[in-house]
Amino acid sequence: MQRYEVPAAPSQTILDLVTYIQRALDPTLSYRFACRVGMCGSCAMTVNGRPRWTCRTHVAKVAGEGEVTIEPLKNMPVVKDLTVDMREFFDKWARARGAFVPSEDAARDFAVVPPSSPERVEADAAIECIGCGVCYAACDVVAWNPDYLGPAALNRAWTLVNDLRDDGQPERLLAVAGDAGCHACHSHESCRTYCPKSLNPTASIAGLKRATARAALRGEL
Amino acid sequence: MSALAASSFRRRTHPAYVAFLVHRLSGLMLALFLPLHFWALGQAIEGEARLESFLRWTDNPLTKFAELGLVVLLAAHLGGGLRLLFIELVGWRDWQSRAIAFAFALGLAFGLLFLLNLGA
Amino acid sequence: MSAYAGRTRSQIRWEARLWVAQRASAMVLALCVLVHLATIVFAVRGGLSAGEILSRTRGNGAWLAFYVLFIAAVAIHAPIGLRTIFAEWLGWRGRSLDIAAALFAVLIAAAGLRTVLGLYA
Repeated sequence: MQRYEVPAAPSQTILDLVTYIQRALDPTLSYRFACRVGMCGSCAMTVNGRPRWTCRTHVAKVAGEGEVTIEPLKNMPVVKDLTVDMREFFDKWARARGAFVPSEDAARDFAVVPPSSPERVEADAAIECIGCGVCYAACDVVAWNPDYLGPAALNRAWTLVNDLRDDGQPERLLAVAGDAGCHACHSHESCRTYCPKSLNPTASIAGLKRATARAALRGEL
Repeated sequence: MSALAASSFRRRTHPAYVAFLVHRLSGLMLALFLPLHFWALGQAIEGEARLESFLRWTDNPLTKFAELGLVVLLAAHLGGGLRLLFIELVGWRDWQSRAIAFAFALGLAFGLLFLLNLGA
Repeated sequence: MSAYAGRTRSQIRWEARLWVAQRASAMVLALCVLVHLATIVFAVRGGLSAGEILSRTRGNGAWLAFYVLFIAAVAIHAPIGLRTIFAEWLGWRGRSLDIAAALFAVLIAAAGLRTVLGLYA
């Protein structure tokens, strides 16, 4: 662990600290960021033990006695310093069948999905994820069971399970079931607790548990 | 180093995580206790006198305290299990925190009931 | 890595069914445990005695049926939970773990039934 002294400034964020260190103290420091305003989701790090967007975390809120511990995100291999390799994280989205599968019908006519339909409401509740990896870093099931797809990928799959236009459901349910999928989740709710967008992947995963269990009981899995 | 150790603990202090830990550890201990429980009650097969002498042996304060612990474990595991069933099968959300509180209240209530009955 | 994290369709189906079995047994157990706890609180009034316990259990068909159901549910529920804990906390996975869990299920069912029948007969 390296220690740095950084001068305080008004409205200073954790990302400001890291940027100051790189510009003034240690130009070799590696970290990732893009928008600086909570849109892109690329600046997540572990701040005082908790996964956070550093651009949306004010130093004044987390530095108790003027000290802050900044680490890379957990559950992902460190490339260098505060930068992690997110390849496995995103590969799991693909493995969870997180891509829309168009149906033959879709080309012929518009699908009418009323905004108030239960499926649309479920999808709406989970759709705003921007893939920052905070939930994945917070999840202990990911740490204990490396094959586990994780909250973000399963949350994404749940939005598609609720998409009436999607034609890939049987394959998707198989991909998200079992001990590498939704049935490994223990509802720690770390994902819900730390999601910067206040999403509830635990609830999405619970939805997948019900959908896949129904399929398994019907012999359709 | 201690800052890092403290930080790994801090990530796991939210109520649902505590509820998970209580549920898992109580389940683990109950599973290990189960063969012992069957062995103890199995004394009855050897006759009433044998069971009676075993029961009298358990009359000391230490085993009474352990029995209270088991009742609390069972009640806590039940409460935590109800929380999981409601989240997973019913799809509760806002109720989750209340379900957690319910889990702990139930454990405490049964523990106290048992204690009161011992005193009576 | 291959599709489904290297798992076959039948392995995934098996895991999903184990999950269903654990939740279904949990629902049975929720009722059984409530009755069991109430019985404990009632039974310890004024201390336990062998005569008192056996007077409740001997030849009591309803009691026997309840505890056979209870034990069956526990024999399903507990080994699945232990299997998960061993996999996650000790990294013990695969066929040897499945066999150990199955043996534990048999142990609980056998020891439980032996005890219940001993208290009934």
